[in-house]
Amino acid sequence: MSAQAIYVLWLRDMKWFLRAKARIISTIVMPFLWLTIIGMGLGAMIQMPGGMSFVDYLAPGIVGMSILFSATMSGISVLWDKQFGFMKEILVAPVSRMSIMLGKAFGGATTSIIQGLLLLFAAGLIGAKMPGKTGFLLALLFMVILALGSVSLGLAIASRIEDPVAFPVAMNFLIMPLFFLSGAIFRIDTAPGWLQTLAYINPVTYGVDGLRGAILGGSEFQLFPLWLDLTILAIFSLAMILLGAYLFKKMKA
Amino acid sequence: MSHAIETRNLTQKFGDLVAVNHVNLRIEKGELFGLLGPNGAGKTTFIHMLCTILPPTEGTAKVAGFDIRRNQDSVRAAIGIVFQDPSLDNRLTGRENLDFHGRVYGMDKIQREKRIDEVLKLVGLKERANALVETYSSGMKRRLEIARGLMHRPKIMFLDEPTLGLDPQTRRNIWEHIQMLNKREKITILLTTHYMDEADYLCDRVGIIDHGRIIALDKPEKLKDELEGDIVSLEVPQPKKYAEVFRGVKYVKEVKVVGDQLHLTVTGGEKTIPKLMEIVRRRGNKVRSVGLRSPTLEDVFISYTGRGIREEEGGVKEQMRLRMRAHMR
Ligand SMILES: Nc1ncnc2c1ncn2[C@@H]1O[C@H](COP(=O)(O)OP(=O)(O)OP(=O)(O)O)[C@@H](O)[C@H]1O
Ligand SMILES: [Mg+2]
Repeated sequence: MSAQAIYVLWLRDMKWFLRAKARIISTIVMPFLWLTIIGMGLGAMIQMPGGMSFVDYLAPGIVGMSILFSATMSGISVLWDKQFGFMKEILVAPVSRMSIMLGKAFGGATTSIIQGLLLLFAAGLIGAKMPGKTGFLLALLFMVILALGSVSLGLAIASRIEDPVAFPVAMNFLIMPLFFLSGAIFRIDTAPGWLQTLAYINPVTYGVDGLRGAILGGSEFQLFPLWLDLTILAIFSLAMILLGAYLFKKMKA
Repeated sequence: MSHAIETRNLTQKFGDLVAVNHVNLRIEKGELFGLLGPNGAGKTTFIHMLCTILPPTEGTAKVAGFDIRRNQDSVRAAIGIVFQDPSLDNRLTGRENLDFHGRVYGMDKIQREKRIDEVLKLVGLKERANALVETYSSGMKRRLEIARGLMHRPKIMFLDEPTLGLDPQTRRNIWEHIQMLNKREKITILLTTHYMDEADYLCDRVGIIDHGRIIALDKPEKLKDELEGDIVSLEVPQPKKYAEVFRGVKYVKEVKVVGDQLHLTVTGGEKTIPKLMEIVRRRGNKVRSVGLRSPTLEDVFISYTGRGIREEEGGVKEQMRLRMRAHMR
């Protein structure tokens, strides 16, 4: 593996990101609308225990959602690289596929974490509860692991698809259920049994639960202890990275 | 390491289609070698195997002394390549594209900066280096790709149709760069083309490839000399009928029907033309146009395959390809 190759692929993603300011804004607009409109709209008719507002509950979920969406969708850069031929330049270089995959993963993860952080601050602006220092660092840790897992999932799928138009469609099929069944917008422990079962199978549930635990500093909505969330999420992310690396190895230019 | 490139039964199959068929080819160090063939002949497939991004179905090759199956990374570090289709990152600047390449090939900052300036100067892109590649013309993009291929000082350079779709002036310009690389920088070059003049003008040796096989291989002059004589082209009504007629004429060595024209190989073209026209006139027809020239590589191709190099796939498909390419760039 070559650290320089990983770094330069990451650097390339950063350059694109900084040059596409309109895109940064547009990608956080959607989750922000979720937070304000759904949060405040539904919040007005929902009684939360312990004097907590629904926006407080929702904010960590929406941060998780924005990371899940932007990280998985960043896999599309692979398809553009194939489409515009740049993938051949990457694949003919004397570097391992693992470096290529990791460079792409770090790039996509970084941009989606930046978006997640922006969203967290935006949530603070509309009055959602903000974490303290430790809580913030813990939340960041969950964001990093969730982002790496999601981006690797996106890369794995992108390596098998040729058509940049088909990719978002395919991804939405996958991400939407992951998002809705993650406890991002409603409590899982009070949901019907079948829904609970699906949610507990969903790895994103542990990311959202961890984020919520970290940001709210422990609450009665916490499903699992943080260490358990962290472990399960980390296993998921590692598995996705390995899957991505494996599929990248087989990818053709 | 005796040869720059040496292939042994190198073969690529796509299902039933044999794109490259048991090619055995040796290219010397320092040679400027051209692979000439029509669309779909297997040129790109051949190059993709040599630069290790497409594993051969059968056979193998040594490039810069390394086996393409076993020592991929060594091969990759030793070669530079300009792909047939565009492969730049349009959203980066020219300099950033080169810098990316330098880093991926493990060059440190000092090496990179020095080399970037060198290669930019070599292809004359210094002034536009900091502009986004999006804003470049096709010729500039092509030159940037050549510069990029040179960044890591490869011993061998692959150029897959380096001038496809470019205007004549830009083609000339790129030819000069290619010659300079070969002569001054001592880089072994394997280029592919389906332009006769390109192969003829540039290459020390030419391999003519058709349906995945190398069917002729020599210096361009030698290949043309083998035809011995001049080519007279006659446009006549019923070319098929006259082909038969001329096959019976003693001093006509070879007859080929190419579209609505006849290509006759004769010695002493100037003296023979009146006689040939007389033959047509006596049968009650008129020769619509006459041409006389020395043989080109096109004629060599025709004499080996019985058809013109651009004739089959030339028309519509070529146009589409050029348009798509222009679109992509
Ligand atoms: N990935 C592929 N799958 C199936 N067939 C392929 C593939 N790549 C190339 N071919 C076929 O192999 C043959 C050789 O293609 P190749 O691109 O090597 O030709 P070429 O000589 O480079 O032609 P051109 O001048 O058009 O670039 C063609 O018939 C082509 O359709
Ligand atoms: Mg080709």
